[in-house]
Amino acid sequence: MDLHVHTVLSACAELEMLPGPIVERARALGLAGIGVTDHNSAENVLAVSEAGRRAGVAVFAGLELQAKEEVHILAFFPGAGQALRFQEEVYRQLPAGQNDPRRFGHQLVVSADGELLRENTRFLQAPLAWPLRECAEAIHAHGGLAIAAHIDRPAYGLLGVLGVLPPGLFLDAVELSRHADPAEWTAREPALRQFTLISSSDAHRLAEIAAQTWFRVAEPTFEELKLALQGTAGREAHILAVERRHVQ
Amino acid sequence: MTVQQIVDALGLKVLSGDGLLERAVSGGYASDLLSYVMAKAQPGEVWVTLQAHPNVVAVASLTDVACVIITEGIQPDEVTLAKARQEGVILLGTNEDTFRTVARLAALGLEG
Repeated sequence: MDLHVHTVLSACAELEMLPGPIVERARALGLAGIGVTDHNSAENVLAVSEAGRRAGVAVFAGLELQAKEEVHILAFFPGAGQALRFQEEVYRQLPAGQNDPRRFGHQLVVSADGELLRENTRFLQAPLAWPLRECAEAIHAHGGLAIAAHIDRPAYGLLGVLGVLPPGLFLDAVELSRHADPAEWTAREPALRQFTLISSSDAHRLAEIAAQTWFRVAEPTFEELKLALQGTAGREAHILAVERRHVQ
Repeated sequence: MTVQQIVDALGLKVLSGDGLLERAVSGGYASDLLSYVMAKAQPGEVWVTLQAHPNVVAVASLTDVACVIITEGIQPDEVTLAKARQEGVILLGTNEDTFRTVARLAALGLEG
C-alpha cells in the first residue's frame, strides 16, 4: 500500500492527480490501498474513495498536517466522515489569509469523475497553530492515527527540521521518504527502533505512486491498518527493499 | 546597495535571476521557518536561509524580498530553480553558514 498520495487539492500537486487516474495507477501497480493526504485538508477524500470503490482499491481517509514547527504529520481516520469532522478543527488552526494560486498553485476540489467542484481558497500550505504534540493529540482525540511524514527530509521532515525525535511525542508510525534506507536511518537515529517504520511515495504526480511498504493485513481497512502499525494480532508493516518495490 | 554588490562582496553563486541583479537591497532578515518570513520579511530585504525547496520561491515572491541567500552549500533541486526563473526570484548560494553570512552582510552596512 502507499499511504501518502496527494491530489489536485494540494497546491504543489500536478493537475493529473485526479481520483480516477490515481486509483487506476494504484490498481495497475497492484496496490491494495492508498492514503489520500492533502495538505491540511480532506476535501477530496470522498471523491477518491468513490473512485476507489469503483476500481477495487481501498482508500484511507487522511490529511497531511503541517505543525507549527513546519513539520508534516499524516493523520488517518476510520472514514471520510471522521476525517472531514477533524478537518473543521484543522481549519480553525490555519492562519488567516488566502492561498495565492499564482505563487503556490491551485487547490482544486473535484468529484469522483474528476469534475471541478470548487477551488479551496484557504492557505492550506501554511503551518497550523498547533505544535507537533498538539497535532498528535488532536488526531488521537478524533480516533485517528498519527504518522510523522518523510522524517528524513530537510524540508518539513521531523528529523530534518528538528534534528531529534522529541521525547514523549506519541506517534503510531514513522514514515521515511522514498529514497531513505531504513537500516541507515535507524543506525543514525537509534530511537527510531521504538517506532513502526513505513515508506511511502508522497506522490505529487501519477508516476510517483509506488509500492514501498508491505502490510500483512486480512483486508485493507482502517482497523487492520491500525493493527499492522501496532504489529499485533499477526499484522505487520515492513518496508520493501528497493529492488522489490515494483513486483508487489 | 544592489544585489550585484552583495554577490561580489560575498562571492555568492547566482543560482537564478542573473538578469535582475541591479535590484536595490534595503536590509535583511534571516529565518528557516517560512511562517516567520511571511510575517516579518520586508520587500527589498535579503532573506538568508538554509531552506531550498519550492515554497521558498513562493514565499520570496509573496514577500517581494530582493533576493534569497541559501547557506551551507545547499543546492536547490531543478523544480525549485525552474520556479525561481519563472517567478523572477533571485536565488544565491554560499557554502558559509547563516551566522557568518549575516555577519558579512552586517559588515557591508545592511541592517535587519
